[in-house]
Amino acid sequence: MSATLTPGGLRAVTPATATRPVEKRWERLAPYGYVAPFYVLFLVFGLFPLLFTFYVALFDWNPIGDKTFVGLENFRLLGEDPRFWNALRNTFSIWIISTVPQLIIALILAQVLNNTFLRLANFFRMAMLLPYITSVAATAIVFAQIFNRDYGLLNWFLELLGFEHIDFMSSAAGSHVLISVMVIWRWFGYNTLLYLASLQAVPRDLYEAAAVDGAGPVKQFFNITLPSLRPVIVFTVIMSTIGGLQIFTEPLLLSNGTLTCGTARQCQTLSLFLFEQGFGSFKFGYGSAVGVALFGIIVVVAFINFLLSSRLGKKG
Amino acid sequence: MATTTHTRQQGDLQPRTTRTRRRRGIVRVRWYTYVLLALAAAACIFPVYWMFVVSSVGSEAATQLPPRVVPGGNFLNLLRLVFETVPFVRSLINSFIVAALIAVGQAFLCSLAGFAFAKMTFPGRDTLFLILVLTMTVPAQLAVIPQYMIMSQLGWVDTLQALVVPGLVSAFGIFWMRQHISATISDELLQAARMDGANSWQIFARIAFPVVRPAAAVLGLLGFVNAWNDFLWPFIVLKSPDLYTAQIAIKALQSNISVDLGLAMAGSFLVTVPLLVLFAFFGKQMVSGIMDGAFKG
Repeated sequence: MSATLTPGGLRAVTPATATRPVEKRWERLAPYGYVAPFYVLFLVFGLFPLLFTFYVALFDWNPIGDKTFVGLENFRLLGEDPRFWNALRNTFSIWIISTVPQLIIALILAQVLNNTFLRLANFFRMAMLLPYITSVAATAIVFAQIFNRDYGLLNWFLELLGFEHIDFMSSAAGSHVLISVMVIWRWFGYNTLLYLASLQAVPRDLYEAAAVDGAGPVKQFFNITLPSLRPVIVFTVIMSTIGGLQIFTEPLLLSNGTLTCGTARQCQTLSLFLFEQGFGSFKFGYGSAVGVALFGIIVVVAFINFLLSSRLGKKG
Repeated sequence: MATTTHTRQQGDLQPRTTRTRRRRGIVRVRWYTYVLLALAAAACIFPVYWMFVVSSVGSEAATQLPPRVVPGGNFLNLLRLVFETVPFVRSLINSFIVAALIAVGQAFLCSLAGFAFAKMTFPGRDTLFLILVLTMTVPAQLAVIPQYMIMSQLGWVDTLQALVVPGLVSAFGIFWMRQHISATISDELLQAARMDGANSWQIFARIAFPVVRPAAAVLGLLGFVNAWNDFLWPFIVLKSPDLYTAQIAIKALQSNISVDLGLAMAGSFLVTVPLLVLFAFFGKQMVSGIMDGAFKG
């Protein structure tokens, strides 16, 4: 048990110097002290609450602290609750409409940005990070305005082209599209930068050799780009799954702060439903059951996505 | 950062070389590349610009057809109204306190832990690091109900420390600083210091940290941005308007139906301004910071 600096050869040297025994013991413990803050905070505010969710879900529990053990009753109710199934459908719909185009756009833009002779490269990169630094709360109002039924920019434009106005937030499909547009807007640039970083590590010779062999941009994309990016694609797919299935702020704010996200719950996601049950109706137990269900869904979907995306670009 | 600089230098090559390489048809920049990138950039910039247009004219800018795309001179008037409607100065200060403490905490604590993982050997290190990486995939947000109950037990509901403490250090930040420290600090340098009798804290504080300070600063900056923009958690734990962060204040402003759209947009834009200023100065570093933190191959 000794806490020396790498490489290990230092061990032989340290005791010879004038360090006193007390100081040596501190030195052994020091690295644990350096990494401890993270683990302590994660235990208290991350892992423990997550495990505790499973416990609370077994009770009828209100904020004052009154609790009655009900076993799996909350889950049985959940299975029969049409609001839960509705939220589940909405969550998946929004997640797919927002994630798939987002990652495809990011892949294309990264490929395009990965060009040594591109002018204004820094400008383009910075412009694409701009949505990431703005807040959902601030930009939701802009998107709500642009997509507004009566005076929105988009509907004005549609009218110019001879189309009918679309009332995005009133229908399930429309609200899902609007929420997804906002998610895509915020994240495609960030993902583009991650892909670009990975692309820059691909040896340029590979592309040059491919070009000499007569492979066009499309062929290069499928035979070089995609396989080289596999690790970062797996990473972004998993992260978008975990983030996308927990989506909360966009639907909340685009529907003007209603936890049901519209009168017909047309865009209420599982996170909103959890919040509505927990903090709107003060049913901590039932809300936690939603959390447990969402956790299970995320684990399963993330795992499937991991398997699917790890196969990307692999032959056979 | 190295990769980016490298690319830029190549971009400044002599025209003659450029032509030779272009003729081989590998790296030629085609016109539609610029069209595509310009569209993407415009899509990113427009909503923020439009927010400014409406805040500088008033709600009529949002309802007038065809839409107005040039800013007006009404911004300061609307801003004054914002300050009269909600305790906005207080909210901006709250946000600033929370975001600044998180930025400093992340820069320091993530560097320290990153240093331990990168340059020290201790039993259990690799296991601890694996756990750290795995925690990044924990969907913590769905545990908001117990998180709230813990805050309630601690007596932290409706306090700013409920926002600050959980955010002081992050797995992502430690992972990121570890990469930086491994890549930039040579073992020989640390070994020499160790021979001179320096302990690990002295080595961190006097040698390692000064070298990685730029990376720690970018990490702090990203922490600041995230804390400044955070919505869900402050929305849950903050009750009294005096403690609202800026994001919660604009939510209050937006959902108040008696408040005009121009006013709500002015508030939203004001909340974005500090980040735009930071971004103008450090955007390039943030871009390379995010790219450095990415997987490479």
